[in-house]
Amino acid sequence: MDRLVIDLAVLVLAGFVGYAVISKVPNTLHTPLMSGTNAIHGIVVLGGLLLMAESHGVLERVLLVIAVAFGMINVVGGFLVTDRMLGMFKSKQPPKRDAEEKEEAAQRAAASDGRRG
Amino acid sequence: MSAAAALAVAIYQRPAFIDGIYIIAFGLLIYGMSGLTGPRTAVRGNKIAALGMAIAIAITLLRRGEFHGADTWWLIALGLVIGTAIGIPAALKVRMTAMPQMVALFNGVGGGAVWLIAWVEYRHHFAPGYFPLRKEVFELFGAIVGSISFWGSNIAFGKLQELLPGRPIKLPGASQTALNALLLLVAVGTMVALLAGVHSQLLFVLGILLAAALLGNMVVLPIGGADMPVVIALLNAFTGLSAAATGVALGNTAMIVAGMIVGASGTILTNLMARAMNRSVPAIIAGGFGGAVAAPGAAQAASEGKVVRSTSAQDVAIQLAYARQVVIAPGYGMAVAQAQHAVRELERALEAKGVEVKFAIHPVAGRMPGHMNVLLAEADVPYELLKEMDEINPEFPRTDVTLVIGANDVVNPAANNEPGSPIYGMPILEVDKSGAVVVLKRSMASGFAGVDNPLFYNPKTSLLFGDAKQSVSEITAELQAL
Repeated sequence: MDRLVIDLAVLVLAGFVGYAVISKVPNTLHTPLMSGTNAIHGIVVLGGLLLMAESHGVLERVLLVIAVAFGMINVVGGFLVTDRMLGMFKSKQPPKRDAEEKEEAAQRAAASDGRRG
Repeated sequence: MSAAAALAVAIYQRPAFIDGIYIIAFGLLIYGMSGLTGPRTAVRGNKIAALGMAIAIAITLLRRGEFHGADTWWLIALGLVIGTAIGIPAALKVRMTAMPQMVALFNGVGGGAVWLIAWVEYRHHFAPGYFPLRKEVFELFGAIVGSISFWGSNIAFGKLQELLPGRPIKLPGASQTALNALLLLVAVGTMVALLAGVHSQLLFVLGILLAAALLGNMVVLPIGGADMPVVIALLNAFTGLSAAATGVALGNTAMIVAGMIVGASGTILTNLMARAMNRSVPAIIAGGFGGAVAAPGAAQAASEGKVVRSTSAQDVAIQLAYARQVVIAPGYGMAVAQAQHAVRELERALEAKGVEVKFAIHPVAGRMPGHMNVLLAEADVPYELLKEMDEINPEFPRTDVTLVIGANDVVNPAANNEPGSPIYGMPILEVDKSGAVVVLKRSMASGFAGVDNPLFYNPKTSLLFGDAKQSVSEITAELQAL
């Protein structure tokens, strides 16, 4: 089958899969969803990478370096900020993890005190 | 070389190998996103999606002709380093109150990458004597939508960051719509001309990139602050769709799948937000809602002869202390005043007095989908306390006091019972059904929609004027002193 036809089939199916998956995201997580999708459309970085080797002249290379940088801002920034944000969503009964963290922090503080002393 | 290594090299050199790895990569992206169905699984889901993305990028870099056997490898490295160097500090430093701007900016950056890539593709594919009609359609589509998204997102960022005025900026009457239609026509016309065999890079830059850029500006400038949740979601969808189109042009399945997930997500959110405002997406895009505050005089006239009851922090504290259930309805004003931590303290103080506290979250409260949830999460409010509109509305008759913090249009009863009101039909938080309402407000200015709010003149309502953060802290202090 023609590659283009296959790609279009993938496009349509991916649209339906995306719709099915994202419909289940609750309102509470809509902001992390948006920043997460910010990261995912950073996939355009691949386009910049694929075209770079075939590029000619200064203009094309400047355009592609900017495109790769833009894509990478999306990928790195998007996933990091989403991770940071999701870390803030806490349940009413999370104490286990918090307690562990506090213990670790206390141990670290003790260790650094020891080193200083 | 051992047989295994030879086999590995043979596999690696097959073009289908990279396509196979892409399948793993986008599989992880989808699996990761499906973790976002709940706060418990979301952190892991995000990490899985990040792993999928890392695999997609790594396998692309391993291709022959990237780092291996090309003199452009340092340009790729340069781009990756610049992007990482900007992305990391931006993600780690941004405040949660600034998330709407951040998301707008990230949308724009993605759209920017798409039109830059499309420009290079144009230079490669459209040559004299070559009549492209297949993948190039997607290239040009990506260029148009990417450019609209890039410029539209920059304007949205400017408005949210208050570099631009938040009020609608538009040409008088129908001329704005006419200009937008003309720009769209130019872009589509140029697309047809290029596909029909007219070869001109100047035409591509002016007719596609510039026309779409102007269109992006013209579409977002007339949109006011409170309509931002819809616009951000829509631009998100645009960036995703343009990325998917570029994926088709490049024959890259990872880009197609990832782009379509984002496109689907943006579309779903756009519809949800529009429904929560009871307005159609085209009507929002037409812009200028609230008549550019056309009738502040009219709003004043309507409120003449009506009295509001103002109250003090001490009185509110007493009112709250004797309540069984208190509902807090936050809005954009809470974000502006950075009051979320103060609100959390108040919630703790009330719970210490045995008062049950719940939060009522309207879908379009704030400037982006889920804005209030993130702010309250930042302040450590457990997410179980945050109730969606449909869940909390039946609870208001059982609620003793509702505290409205910096929200206006989303609690305006005119939406339910004044057919003449511009916001009539919009689903609202029915706070007027609770025993008493305390509204924390900076001043008597009307909400974004410029619509008078009968809630303020309701005999059950009292108003506490002042900065939201300070007012909330005062109430907490009074409450603890009781």
